Amino acid sequence: MPLTPVITEHWDAPDLYTIDGYRRFGGYRALQGALKKDPDAIIGMVKDSGLRGRGGAGFPTGLKWSFVPQNDGKPHYLVVNADESEPGACKDIPIMMANPHALVEGVIITSYAIRAGHAFIYIRGEVPNAIRKVANAVRQAREAGLIGKNILGSGYDLEVVVHSGAGAYICGEETALLDSLEGYRGQPRLKPPFPAVAGLYASPTVINNVETIANIPYIVDRGVDWFRQFGTEKSPGFKVFAVSGHVNRPGIFEAPLGITMRELLGYAGGVRGGGEVKFWLPGGSSVPMLTSEHLDVPMTYEDMAAAGTMLGTGTPMIFDQTVSVVKAVTRWLEFYKHESCGKCTPCREGTYWITGMLEKFEHGHGSAEELDTIASACLQIGGRSFCALGDAAATPYPAAMKFFRDEFIAATQTSADEQFDPVASYVFAGAVTR
Amino acid sequence: MAISEETRRELAELASRYPSSRSALLPMLHLVQSAEGEITVEGIGACADALGITPAEVTGVSTFYTMYKRKQVGAHHIGVCTNTLCGLLGGDAVYAALSERLGVGHDQPSADGNFWLERIECQAACTHAPVMTVDWEFMDDVTPSSAVDIVDRLSRGERVESTRGPAIRDFRATERTLAFSEDDLADEGVSVDDKMLAGLRVAREQGMSAPSIPHAQEG
Repeated sequence: MPLTPVITEHWDAPDLYTIDGYRRFGGYRALQGALKKDPDAIIGMVKDSGLRGRGGAGFPTGLKWSFVPQNDGKPHYLVVNADESEPGACKDIPIMMANPHALVEGVIITSYAIRAGHAFIYIRGEVPNAIRKVANAVRQAREAGLIGKNILGSGYDLEVVVHSGAGAYICGEETALLDSLEGYRGQPRLKPPFPAVAGLYASPTVINNVETIANIPYIVDRGVDWFRQFGTEKSPGFKVFAVSGHVNRPGIFEAPLGITMRELLGYAGGVRGGGEVKFWLPGGSSVPMLTSEHLDVPMTYEDMAAAGTMLGTGTPMIFDQTVSVVKAVTRWLEFYKHESCGKCTPCREGTYWITGMLEKFEHGHGSAEELDTIASACLQIGGRSFCALGDAAATPYPAAMKFFRDEFIAATQTSADEQFDPVASYVFAGAVTR
Repeated sequence: MAISEETRRELAELASRYPSSRSALLPMLHLVQSAEGEITVEGIGACADALGITPAEVTGVSTFYTMYKRKQVGAHHIGVCTNTLCGLLGGDAVYAALSERLGVGHDQPSADGNFWLERIECQAACTHAPVMTVDWEFMDDVTPSSAVDIVDRLSRGERVESTRGPAIRDFRATERTLAFSEDDLADEGVSVDDKMLAGLRVAREQGMSAPSIPHAQEG
């Protein structure tokens, strides 16, 4: 399947991040057309396009918008989730640095469609260069009369605020993000009520991922039929894939949904040193790992689910034969332990105890019984917490045991570093200085 | 340190940007770190005053988020991603080299007060692993020796460019950018590099493109 640059098509134009550069390639044409349409027609168009959320869950975007009650007399809000922090996910930050106006144009069109007068772009605090690029784009759009009062003479008013987070993975969870944006500790809320009914300031709120919103101008400008030429019936459209790990040419590759990992690997120059894929994750550490047996599974929401995993963020991480799966899983659990917000006991305590047990295996002195204890603890966390962080924390271990049980058994005697020389997995092997 | 009138005015300005003033608390705490170099009791008090909430409420928020520190960070914050992908691809060795060079462990300031070292979680730059940050600006594709060299150059006061962003300033300057979400550096440095263009270049070389645009054909 060929690569199909859309969001990334003009990233080599040095001024694409400016409003003039973006306009040279047709930027803000979609907005002009959108403001002449009925907002419901835009919601209908996005529904018909079949666009699904690119943040990980894959929920149909138009359907989410349609849940916002109209004529309810309450203010509506759009919140862009730009808190990209999922281990392995590295596509929203590049979009914001390279093509911030696609996001801003998408924000204006989406806000108009859901009848929001205020939009917030919540960007994780650790990426000032993405924050300044988006803030610069918002300022330019405001100066051009595309944000503010009576946009392009349409009578529609919109304010856009760029907001910095402060270091908390959990704020990528949409209700935790709302609490954080209201100035509280970022802890998830129980659903229902869903944000579409009671979100920011208890008002109807749509929360969408950066890449999802960046799709909107292209769909509105080029049409549903054009969009549906990409992908499958259930997974239409294109995807900004970010391929990382032990490949010769890691980077951003935009392709239709349905491309396979083997094809993406080809574009990324293959596994380094002619090596082999030991395991890979299609979209973040929160989705179950796959092996080289799964390289020909189409990267769609439905095919990944059928293979026992999820498309997630669509940012595959590739690990070659030099990597200890015990060490990889332990490190991910250390991450979930650090990032658990502490609200729900199964997640807070479970991530703590599982991490402690896994660290014993990493150092070569776990016991076979403890493998069952970890499996049991994972079952106690999954589905028993407010949000998906608990479920995510319970994912890496069972997935790894499915394919690499022997390595965990070996780790009852032999540490991960003895089984696999850590230096061999470095990308600068040989360049290590003492 | 006492919070200046100017900072209090800026805190109020941030609070006025939102439909509900408390929404500004995270940016306000970034402004406190910019002015104070850490989250101080005085800074917490100034946020509480500006928002009409208690210092305990502000403290409760500030302790939740990893980027807020309760000790002087110093001139530069150094982050090394040691999450699975970066760590196993070499971030562990980068962290070890920096820890040895600076003589500090995780989430600690160096003895001379110039650097703060931290093992950070995924920085959303996995394509550029192993990743380091200086004052949260990207330092992509580092090695132990290149990372130590960066710190040495900063120690000597030399100019250091981010690999995807402007030249390094200092920790407090970045915190100010985070508070106001804006600075005048959007045009500085490189933000789109070879790895971000990898797929586009393959597509160009092999003559691949997205299906043509409907109205481009018409007109």
